Amino acid sequence: MFRTALRNVLAHKARLLMTVLAVMLGVAFVSGTLIFTDTLSHAFRNQSAKSYDHVAVGITSYVDSDNGQETGLPQRTLDRIGKLDGVASVTGRVNGFAGVADPDGKLIGAQWSNTGSNFAPGKDGRDPAYDFTDGSGPVRDGQIALDEDTAAKGEYEVGDKVRVATNGPVREFTLTGVFTTDDGAVSAGGSLVLFDTSLAQRLYLKPGHYQEVTVTAAPGADDEKILDAVKPMLPENSEAKTGAALAEDQAWMIEQDMSSLNQMLLSFAGIALFVGVFLIANTFTMLVAQRTRDLALMRAVGASRKQITRSVLAEAGLVGLLASVVGFGLGVALAAGLRSGMAAFDMKVPAGPLVIGATPLIAALAVGILVTMFAAWLPGRRAGKIPPVAAMNSVHAAPTTKSLVVRNSIGAAVTALGVALITVGAAIGEQGREIIGGGAFFALVGVIVLIPLLSRPVIALVRPLLVRAFGVAGKLAGQNAVRNPRRTGATASALAIGLTLVTGLTVLGVSMGAALDKATTDQIKADYMIETAAGGGVDRSALAALDRSPRVSALSPDQSAYFRVKDDYVSATGVIPGDVERVLHIDVVKGSLNSLGKGQMAVDERTATEQGWKVGATVPVTFDDGKKGSLQVGAVYKEGAVLSSVLVDTKVITPHEARPYISRIYVKTDGGPSDANEKALIDALGKNPAISVMDQKDIRDELGGAVNMMLNIMYGLLAMALLIAVLGVVNTLAMSVFERQQEIGMLRAIGLDRPRVKRMVRLEAVVISVFGAVVGVALGSFLGWAIGQTIKDELPLYALVVPWGRIGIFLVLAALVGVLAAMWPARSAAKLNMLNAIKAE
Amino acid sequence: MITTPTAHRATAVAARAEDLSKVYGQGETRVIALDHVTVNFHQGEYTAIMGPSGSGKSTLMHCVAGLDTFSGGSVRIGDTELGPLKDKQLTRLRRDKIGFIFQAFNLLPTLTALENITLPMDIAGRRPDKEWLGKVIDMVGLSDRLGHRPAQLSGGQQQRVAVARALASRPEIIFGDEPTGNLDSRSGAQVLGFLRNSVRELGQTVVMVTHDPVAASYADRVIFLADGRIVDEMLRPTADGVLDRMKEFDGRGRTS
Repeated sequence: MFRTALRNVLAHKARLLMTVLAVMLGVAFVSGTLIFTDTLSHAFRNQSAKSYDHVAVGITSYVDSDNGQETGLPQRTLDRIGKLDGVASVTGRVNGFAGVADPDGKLIGAQWSNTGSNFAPGKDGRDPAYDFTDGSGPVRDGQIALDEDTAAKGEYEVGDKVRVATNGPVREFTLTGVFTTDDGAVSAGGSLVLFDTSLAQRLYLKPGHYQEVTVTAAPGADDEKILDAVKPMLPENSEAKTGAALAEDQAWMIEQDMSSLNQMLLSFAGIALFVGVFLIANTFTMLVAQRTRDLALMRAVGASRKQITRSVLAEAGLVGLLASVVGFGLGVALAAGLRSGMAAFDMKVPAGPLVIGATPLIAALAVGILVTMFAAWLPGRRAGKIPPVAAMNSVHAAPTTKSLVVRNSIGAAVTALGVALITVGAAIGEQGREIIGGGAFFALVGVIVLIPLLSRPVIALVRPLLVRAFGVAGKLAGQNAVRNPRRTGATASALAIGLTLVTGLTVLGVSMGAALDKATTDQIKADYMIETAAGGGVDRSALAALDRSPRVSALSPDQSAYFRVKDDYVSATGVIPGDVERVLHIDVVKGSLNSLGKGQMAVDERTATEQGWKVGATVPVTFDDGKKGSLQVGAVYKEGAVLSSVLVDTKVITPHEARPYISRIYVKTDGGPSDANEKALIDALGKNPAISVMDQKDIRDELGGAVNMMLNIMYGLLAMALLIAVLGVVNTLAMSVFERQQEIGMLRAIGLDRPRVKRMVRLEAVVISVFGAVVGVALGSFLGWAIGQTIKDELPLYALVVPWGRIGIFLVLAALVGVLAAMWPARSAAKLNMLNAIKAE
Repeated sequence: MITTPTAHRATAVAARAEDLSKVYGQGETRVIALDHVTVNFHQGEYTAIMGPSGSGKSTLMHCVAGLDTFSGGSVRIGDTELGPLKDKQLTRLRRDKIGFIFQAFNLLPTLTALENITLPMDIAGRRPDKEWLGKVIDMVGLSDRLGHRPAQLSGGQQQRVAVARALASRPEIIFGDEPTGNLDSRSGAQVLGFLRNSVRELGQTVVMVTHDPVAASYADRVIFLADGRIVDEMLRPTADGVLDRMKEFDGRGRTS
């Protein structure tokens, strides 16, 4: 039987081409992902192992969970550790944010990683963590050293003045040295500024204290023994571990990061492969149909059902094996390409070899072969059911109508279940998301099962249009498209799955974008919003600096605070009374915002209802520092996307906060937004590179940009599934043309010219593609609506926006996909030798 | 016995092949399918082309009908010379001037009987002549089957639809390639009868390739081909006469 399978594969090389391509792409995606993440995690692990190589014991201090203070590790402790047996050196570090300005005042380096630290020279005057390529380390206040990349980006040389912002105002320093380092953040594209130790301590912690201490051992000393000796000396809120343990910790964290990246990429690979299943099933169904007589003959001469089924499965296995091997090769190339691609986007990855382990290879083979065999399972079973008499009959009519009835009933039931679950989930709201997820699965499966049934009426709707626009070619195309509902269904399903996801995401993304847009335009009256570029709070000094600026007419911070009411945590925003209503739109329902100035609080409607608060009520509260007090409700306002549930005067909460956290400052200027005003604000803030001044457009772009980027990444990842769906359309059309050779020959003979034969095939492809797209768009929009219902609670301004423009583009693209996919089949149909076609039996 | 030679009865030539040659392959594999054949098909005449397999009878029909290219000589349908025509013009010529009936695969399974009959006119974008269409449909006896699809018709009915299709657009000439090859004798006789009636009553011109002496006996004239050449012609043929003539080929084939 195996030999028959092999012969069949060889005999149908061209027929199997699309199947091989589809499996290959899926496998390449899977193995590429695995190899890429393996390579990354290997490189990062190596790096972390290297950076802990010389560390005997590492000590970290952390923030006290009760009072939010960081005690740090005093110099005294370091001195004592240094005297222990076996200790060669002790180095203390403090770290924090430090943004470097380029000569234009812009921040250098990736925003998420602008770090400052201390230069800690040993007895020899060198800091082993940093290799200076130029100059030397900073030794007094006013000096800094920069990592090589950052210095190069700012075109700074030793001796130059460099503006650096830490958490406070910006300051000018003299560059004394340029260095290279193994630090992971730096090699990933972050910037690193070194200060002298005492300045760094003042900036980031407190004089004479460190956050991290590294202990190196003298030759021959035992790390564990040093650890045991160190432990009793440590103050509270600190922890010591051996270098090996630290390296392991970091490796574990890298593993965690990688595995989530892995899972995301693999889930998209899974979608692509799922789509591929339809294509494979189509191909094998056709191969079996073509060989009905051969298979019946084999049955007649004594092959059992099982043997026939197995021979089809063996054939699928062979195809899967071949495709997997090629796909794996492609995956290796993909992984290599991804890594260089990341470097091109300034996302530096530590150097290291491409790691090709056994797992990706086994996964590639297993996935490729199993998926192909799974998809061929039904056609294989159908092959086994061919009766031996079919060898004698010229036509073997399969009992399709009967099985379609069963299929349709199952499909309708599953679809109904899915739709019901989705509707229920949407009604529940936030907690309904998982129910919607389950419902989406059932709805998708149900629709896929139902698609052959749907194809007839849906395509019948457009048939008059086709006839009017394209005449005979359109009429024949419309009818051909529904001739084999199963095949049309499977082909359309592949496209429908991709488009369901794409449309669902688009509906959500666009609706969310619109809600955010509305939030900014409706709720923010301020001309400018000031935030730190790197995230984190804005320093209080900025508030005072802005207050002094003559261009500023009103300003209010958004200072986050929490307090407790009984056992509930309430998130509050500290604002400046009198100014806040000039920079934010607050829709007061009851009471007056004037009450804020009297130390009262304003509450949004939802919280007021939930807590049963009325204007005038006095609420006992516990502040962040544990002190008790009471606040009177002075106003109730409509909740919005920008405002939190409670507003109070900053003066009320600041005394209770150890480190007041200002997430942003809203500013209204004299004369409204203008270049001059923007410049005045930047100047007032001391041209600080770490602070960004955003106008309304910037705010919208920032909020919308994240959504758009998410959408684009999703589109990119789903492109693979769509590509495979396109291969499916090519495959189906090629099959149709092959099966209808005689018919096409007859049509040519009685006068259908070549252009119209081509048009007929093309239109069939367009009809199938657009049909799949319409199903996908419909289901996707429904899902988008349902998930949107669950977001409403978190994003009060959320309203469903149907992105007609984009949906239109999707449908047009689907039509184009049809035209493109039909190119080759249409050409071969037009080129068909009429006489052979007519004569052929 | 032949009192009225066909050449005298018919005034005009519907199709004509002159010095027609068709050669396949080159060198040692070179096969001469048609060897300088000259033949006229007159208007209003029913001609059968016969010959042993490999004699070139199908090739002759395909070349004259504009389905196949030829290596030498010329072919005319009415006033049109086929040689210089490009595929597009040939397609149009087939559509407007020629009707076809094949042995099988005559009909599109997705179209109803009526739609199949009017297909050539649909392709041309012409409205069928209602009166004529009715007459043709009546003649082949399909009035009550027009809404059926091919799968719901018997083999004989399907071929009658094909005959109606060939007649419906009033072509200058109808070519049949073994039109009864797949039918039982009763259905075959019906189809052949319709073709003969179309010649007698409607003045249609029909050329048909067949290997069945009974089918050939419905024709006005039989042309015998062997080895790519016309070797004989028989007017007003009878089935027995054709059979005897064919047996001669067999005999000669065995002795040569």
